[in-house]
Amino acid sequence: MWNFPLVPPTASKEGADISLLYWAITLLAVVFGGIVLFGVIYLAVRYRADNNAVDRSNATESDLRVELAWTIIPLILALVIFGWATKLYADIYAPREGYYEVFVIGKQWMWHCQHPNGVRENNILTLPAGRLVKVSLISQDVIHAFSIPAFRVKRDAVPGRYNAMYFTPTKPGEYHLFCTEYCGTKHSEMIGKVVVLPEDEFQAWLEKGGQGLATATTSMGGGAAGGGTLTLAQQGEQTFKALGCNACHLNPNSAVKVPDITKTWGGEIKLADGRTVKGDEAYIRESILNPGAKIHAGYQNLMPPYQGQVSEEQLVQLIAYIKSLAGDSGGGK
Amino acid sequence: MSVQELQKTATLEHTADGHHHSDGILGEQFETLEQQNTSYLIGMWAFIVQEVLFFGAIFTAYAIYRFKYVLEFTLAHHELSVPIGTLNTFVLLFSSYTMARAVRAAMQNRHKKQAFYLFLTFLFAGVFMVNKYFEYSAKFEHHLFPGGDYSAHAVVEHAQKMGELREVEENGQKFYELGKTRDGQFTAFKRVTPQEFEQRTRLFFGFYFVMTGLHGLHVLIGMIIIGILIGRALIDHAKNKPVADFMPVEMTGLYWHLVDIVWIFLFPLLYLIGR
Amino acid sequence: MTTTTYTGTDKPNYLNWKTSVASWLLTYDHKRIAILYLVSISIFFLLGGLAAAMIRMELATPKGDLLTSDVYNKMFTTHGVIMIFLFLIPSIPAVFGNFLLPLMIGARDVAFPRLNLLSWYFFMAGAACVLIALFRGGIDTGWTFYTPYSSSFAKGEVSLAIVGVFLAGFASIFTGINFLVTIHKMRAPGMTWFRLPLFVWAMYATSLIQVLGTPVVAITLLLVAVERTFRIGIFDPNLGGDPILYQHLFWFYSHPAVYIMILPAMGVISEVISAFSKRRVFGYHFVAFSSLAIAIIGFLVWGHHMFSTGQSIYAGIVFSFLTWIVAIPSAIKTFNWMATIWKGRVHWDTPMLYALGFMGLFVIGGLTGLHLAAMATNVHLTDTYFIVAHFHYVMVGGAIMGYLAALHFWWPKMTGRMYPEGWGKLAALLVFVGFNLTFFPQFILGYMGMPRRYHSYPEEWATLNVLSTAGSSVLGLGYLLPVIYLTWSLKYGKVVTERNPWGARGLEWELVDTPPDPHNFERTPIVTRPAYDYNHPEEPTGFVPKPRPVVVGGKDG
Repeated sequence: MWNFPLVPPTASKEGADISLLYWAITLLAVVFGGIVLFGVIYLAVRYRADNNAVDRSNATESDLRVELAWTIIPLILALVIFGWATKLYADIYAPREGYYEVFVIGKQWMWHCQHPNGVRENNILTLPAGRLVKVSLISQDVIHAFSIPAFRVKRDAVPGRYNAMYFTPTKPGEYHLFCTEYCGTKHSEMIGKVVVLPEDEFQAWLEKGGQGLATATTSMGGGAAGGGTLTLAQQGEQTFKALGCNACHLNPNSAVKVPDITKTWGGEIKLADGRTVKGDEAYIRESILNPGAKIHAGYQNLMPPYQGQVSEEQLVQLIAYIKSLAGDSGGGK
Repeated sequence: MSVQELQKTATLEHTADGHHHSDGILGEQFETLEQQNTSYLIGMWAFIVQEVLFFGAIFTAYAIYRFKYVLEFTLAHHELSVPIGTLNTFVLLFSSYTMARAVRAAMQNRHKKQAFYLFLTFLFAGVFMVNKYFEYSAKFEHHLFPGGDYSAHAVVEHAQKMGELREVEENGQKFYELGKTRDGQFTAFKRVTPQEFEQRTRLFFGFYFVMTGLHGLHVLIGMIIIGILIGRALIDHAKNKPVADFMPVEMTGLYWHLVDIVWIFLFPLLYLIGR
Repeated sequence: MTTTTYTGTDKPNYLNWKTSVASWLLTYDHKRIAILYLVSISIFFLLGGLAAAMIRMELATPKGDLLTSDVYNKMFTTHGVIMIFLFLIPSIPAVFGNFLLPLMIGARDVAFPRLNLLSWYFFMAGAACVLIALFRGGIDTGWTFYTPYSSSFAKGEVSLAIVGVFLAGFASIFTGINFLVTIHKMRAPGMTWFRLPLFVWAMYATSLIQVLGTPVVAITLLLVAVERTFRIGIFDPNLGGDPILYQHLFWFYSHPAVYIMILPAMGVISEVISAFSKRRVFGYHFVAFSSLAIAIIGFLVWGHHMFSTGQSIYAGIVFSFLTWIVAIPSAIKTFNWMATIWKGRVHWDTPMLYALGFMGLFVIGGLTGLHLAAMATNVHLTDTYFIVAHFHYVMVGGAIMGYLAALHFWWPKMTGRMYPEGWGKLAALLVFVGFNLTFFPQFILGYMGMPRRYHSYPEEWATLNVLSTAGSSVLGLGYLLPVIYLTWSLKYGKVVTERNPWGARGLEWELVDTPPDPHNFERTPIVTRPAYDYNHPEEPTGFVPKPRPVVVGGKDG
């Protein structure tokens, strides 16, 4: 068997762009490296001590013009590539809209993925080809990193905060999935695969509830039962009720005055201290775990903190639910 | 002369290579006293810059959490004793003054006076450490040392008395409401679980002990050096030495002022703000 | 007794004028302290190399079969901690900086000889802590000690290792302070700033980083130990802390620390290339100031280690921009070295071979840094073998090649013996070939996505990994050879008595005995020419004023 690849497969739109940049920088490196490597060898051989046949006259010891030339030319090239790379990075990693969203929770030593329709997968992530995907990442314990080399993307899964990564898989197939941030003994076993299916196959797969591999409740904390039959948002609604959130929120007869959570997602929220924050995953997460941290203007903080009482999985469900209240079924607004 | 011969006379040779000075002040590596003194000064300032970055990093971390958990930290602030802190501030300020006098006496080669002022500085430093001891033992007594038996109980009790914390119970769960009481009316700013409150005040006392502990360590090291300098000054006095090297005192002075200045930052940041 | 002119081996030197153990362990002589450091870091280098050998043997097959994953993790931690904190950071500064700075600037010693010795004891105490931690079961945090893994999850003597790094850090700070003052105040008359050898400039820049950066990592690691011991939540989010804060504080030092390793090597290369091309370093001022520029800008780029942590894009842009800028001074140096060789008289001796090797490898290391300065490609490549290859090209290909160049170049001056030239050339060749064979495949592996710190990996990467492991055995041989022949040369090497066996310029060659006199110069020299004045071979760089008659022992003189 001759299996000796030298480049990774390129299976995403972003991957193709990043590859182009990679090879452009490599070309630059080869040119400059070549000048230096061959230049050094050429000069060292040509001006070897016992070679008296070369002209050594006018050997200046400094020359401002030359110095400026080899300062400014690399500088210009550097700035050009910097601009290109930064634009590309911002295009990929700045918040984007119109995505298919998957929540991924990392823990020692596995990846747990949740689809919007409730399908769950462990160490496998099944995705549709041709659609923008957003992966919202968080970790339950130490820092992990979610890396898909074929897509040329990677993000750290940090405990306590959501990170997002975006990519558009283009080629159906199976690709490596790695944890690339050292996370302990079985770091190198925290691997899996990303399966990209053509859109129609993916839809069929979703409807079948992920081919039975994901419906079982995982070891990663409770969460509403019956994943695969309920969407993530519906699971969130169940969790919402199970935790008693509906005693105040979305309850027209509530005795206490609470902010309208249907407007939280994507909204600009005025705070009691005068600041305005964006209603994103991080804000919702924080407001569940520690409601006192950022208080709506005009409201008192009466909500108990849920720190330590909801699992990361339940949080993900609740966020999906609150997003759905704002009319977002997992695709940005 | 052979190597063997030289080894026998090595010590002689070493002290007689033409750079030896009878008063023993000038280090062998230096040409002039001026060069030696400025070297010491630059070295000491470089060391002080290093110290500033050393403490700077921990001040940065402290500032971040003080901002993040401002209410919890404020309540924890209340547990620190402002009278002892103030007393210690003045003690250190006075010790800086006596240190400056000691440096001046050293420059004038007044050994006895120098020893006297150094002794006063040592004494003040001792008072500081004794106060620190009482302060620390009070924290240990109230289980505020972030060790195994840490408990935020004292903070909670104190805050309740001041009307800045209220215990509430909802669905069988206990919470603390942090806020202010004005005209008998309690306004809550924030709700935390007892566990969170414990963690965050523990973090505060962690910072408190690390920062004041490192500072205290600096005081202790300073005391040892000052002790040695007192001995040297007394010997110089007994020997009636006309001229002694004042640089050790000068450098210890710089160090001592640094210790003082670190405290000048620690005192308001730990004891005073949030009151 | 009057002054005696000695000749030949009979002449007392810093090595043999006193021989007791105490005369070594309590010495204030910068040259002897350099030797103490040399011996200790050589031992740590071999230990770290042993761990590297275990890593490469494990990775020869895709499955994790030779070591358990736990032992493997401890191996790469051992390798990283020892190589970074106990070898690379002290390597050139503490050995050659100590040995050469006073000789190069015409001083009898560094400004603070006692602090210098204290630095070595701090270093050894730190090393002892690290080694005890390693022998008592080892630690598996990686040399980066990332939280919350290191503070809340990792088992073993992490705190003890941290104390060790803390102490070694202060050893480094003491060296830095000492050198800063030495360069400022101990220069001989006539040794102006722009007559200084470029090695001294490089050491100045390095010392700045040591003094400004090290305390930050010291306190940061101390906080990790405190968090481990007292469970206070500074870095662990489960206790209310922030793990990313750790990374900021850690890289604030640890990125500049890379320059602590490479800047002194650059200084060495300037010396060696000039000496073996018999030409003044081209663009002296540009090379000198590029060292300072690297030291200063190097403090502002730490965030490029954290592009994938989710730090704000705007912060990322600033860090990326400055990272591109910090590449420029290195480029300036490289071009100036090339121009130094141009129209020179190049002697292909072993130190020059290492210097040429340095240029080749450092250029590859530097240029692959561009892939990492660019945010879009950085995110794909970070934490893969591309990073591993990149920093080994810079630190091993750069710093260790520079270290070996220095070791061979100044070996006759330090020991009074010449190393065997043939073996030297062979070793240089083996190191160069072995190095490229080991680490070049890792660029390809990294681009394909092979994560670093992996104990096992997919089958399709086996071939390149076998190549890398094979290369590492060549590299290992290349490193063992100098250990053997240099030790051999101490007893059997050709005796060198002339001051300047290379015909190089510089006070340490022109005015200092081989091996140096315990007091370096008979009297403080007076410097009259700029460094590297190869165009005026008849004019010495400086001279030692005529000695006054010296009276030994006072009365009986």
